[in-house]
Amino acid sequence: MSENYNKHKIYERNGKTYAFSDASLQRIKEIIGRYPEAKQKSALIPVLHIAQEEFGGSLNADIMDYIAGLLNVKPIEVYEVATFYTQFYLDKVGKFVIEICQTGPCLSCGGDDMIDYLKEKLGIDVGETTADGLFTFKTVECLGACGYAPVMQVNTCFHQNLTKESIDNIIDLLRTQANEPKSNDDKWVEKFCLKK
Amino acid sequence: MGRKILLEKINISGIESFDIYRKSGGYSAVEKALKTMTPVDVVEEVKKSGLRGRGGAGFPTGMKWGFIDRKSDKPHYLICNADESEPGTFKDRYLMEHLPHLLIEGMICSAFALEAHTAYIYIRGEFKYLIGILNNALSEAYANGFLGKNILGTTFSLDIYVHPGAGAYICGEETALIESLEGKRGNPRLKPPFPAFVGLFGCPTVVNNVETLAAISPILNMGGDFYSKLGNGKSTGTKLISACGNINKPGVYEIEMGITVEDFIYSEEYCGGIKGGKKLKAVIPGGSSVPVLPADLILKTAAGQPRLMTYESLAEGGFETGTMLGSGGFIVYDEDQCMVRNTLSFARFYHHESCGQCSPCREGTGWQERLLTRIENGEGRLKDIDLLADISKHIEGNTICPLGDAAAWPVSSAIRHFRKEFEFHIQFPEIVKNIRHGNIDKYL
Ligand SMILES: Cc1cc2nc3c(=O)[nH]c(=O)nc-3n(C[C@H](O)[C@H](O)[C@H](O)COP(=O)(O)O)c2cc1C
Ligand code: SF4
Ligand code: FES
Repeated sequence: MSENYNKHKIYERNGKTYAFSDASLQRIKEIIGRYPEAKQKSALIPVLHIAQEEFGGSLNADIMDYIAGLLNVKPIEVYEVATFYTQFYLDKVGKFVIEICQTGPCLSCGGDDMIDYLKEKLGIDVGETTADGLFTFKTVECLGACGYAPVMQVNTCFHQNLTKESIDNIIDLLRTQANEPKSNDDKWVEKFCLKK
Repeated sequence: MGRKILLEKINISGIESFDIYRKSGGYSAVEKALKTMTPVDVVEEVKKSGLRGRGGAGFPTGMKWGFIDRKSDKPHYLICNADESEPGTFKDRYLMEHLPHLLIEGMICSAFALEAHTAYIYIRGEFKYLIGILNNALSEAYANGFLGKNILGTTFSLDIYVHPGAGAYICGEETALIESLEGKRGNPRLKPPFPAFVGLFGCPTVVNNVETLAAISPILNMGGDFYSKLGNGKSTGTKLISACGNINKPGVYEIEMGITVEDFIYSEEYCGGIKGGKKLKAVIPGGSSVPVLPADLILKTAAGQPRLMTYESLAEGGFETGTMLGSGGFIVYDEDQCMVRNTLSFARFYHHESCGQCSPCREGTGWQERLLTRIENGEGRLKDIDLLADISKHIEGNTICPLGDAAAWPVSSAIRHFRKEFEFHIQFPEIVKNIRHGNIDKYL
């Protein structure tokens, strides 16, 4: 296992190189250690999360092949998983992925109006990305925060009890971040999450 | 004020830290279990308590633990189900955010009872901020000798790891969860074999909900007999209810089972009544999967008895006039809410979340969504209503896992109790369009 792991620290394909940072490789090693010997496939979902964060917000076949090598599983096993779970994006996404809840409880508290408002404000339809590459707009199913409806997530950050005004504030704040390096780490979340 | 067991200490400032939690009496159940009890003693205590699984099905926890294959020479696993994705449900998130050590303490006692030395907390991927909170709490527990090798100097060792999902409701179903934890798609397994014999990595495994595991320490502290006297009949103890929708005070409440539904909706201690002084139209009391009931049937049973917040009372009348306590995701709708739109949103949810293994579920949920979309858009035909009911019947009971049933019930119950509203949508689409947010009762 560890031999394989070192061999695949850097991955090249089609003139592109993919390599996890040393810190991420360390994290991945630690994650693999949580599962019994030879069950490193269990690390797949956590590793896909790390990959998506590190390689620009979405996954592609090259990244998935890289991970297959790292975890010593077949590429198809990675594709199967990446295509099953909605948090993994296979198409390019904007810097900020806005995901607003469209399930019953949120709708009953005005969620549909917030969806319409965001469409208008961003000038795009559900599933699209703004021309400047800043925002991707998606609807999602229940985020497990129904008591604070309407609810949306921006990257990993929850925004609750949405109103048109709070959406304005969030979008304005995110626009000021247009040129900051993208990060999903906890410090970023703390700085740019408007608190509930 | 009702009795609080899980949330008793939630207002103590700093209770999410180990030190404050410990000073407030935390981790005494671990001491009691590991130093004065055997694993089987712990199982017996939980059996006595009458505790029923809080994840939705309400299966007696002690009995489930009793099935664990102790003769197996394979390792045992405990998994905490923190996938919480059932629409209307947000209680586990609340517990983990504010009382992470209550969960960890419960998991240590439970793992001891099950002779498991590794436990995983499978948490939905969207709850990323909670992973940090849980990992902090776990590190504190390790640093203080409550996790790791030879806990409190006993022979019992335990490691707990947090494992994120990635956005799939079906991974809350225990066998799909196990598949997902093995790094695969979340396709539920056919049972039997049950996880107690063949679970994670083919080993004996118990999957329990966050709230179930959080109740274990209080039960060991107060004694199973004492706990069993709280609540009402076979609905022992307290239950967290996450209340949402059109109420004055949405939030997470701990209730002693047996209070009336009316009290829960209207009293200041809980939901505080319907928002804006509007009329109550319907309630889905146990998460989106359980049947919806109109106001009259949720407040009183068909026999005219006050409906109580218990597994039994909510189920009274079967599916004709009753519903279920489910996960405790209590969704309240006021008079202005459209039942067609709401049913469509749930149908879309289940279609999106079906894993696709069984054709009745995969195809049926798709048809439900398409027909309801047509009706909602004013293009429905009257016979679509019976067609919908028929599709629900064909899904129900014909699938590998209960998601099929969960997808069928919201639709069949909405048609059962709000048929006129569906008919009105089909017959008068122009009027419906103009009252997108408004009461259509006066037209019916
Ligand atoms: C489609 C589906 C989704 C489920 N989602 C959850 C969930 O999010 N959380 C949970 O605890 N149980 C969920 N369950 C129930 C679990 O399968 C299982 O019964 C439960 O985790 C057992 O724990 P308990 O006995 O402590 O309730 C779900 C079941 C089904 C069929
Ligand atoms: S009932 Fe639906 S979710 Fe469950 S196994 Fe079958 S297709 Fe998958
Ligand atoms: S319905 Fe929107 S968070 Fe649950």
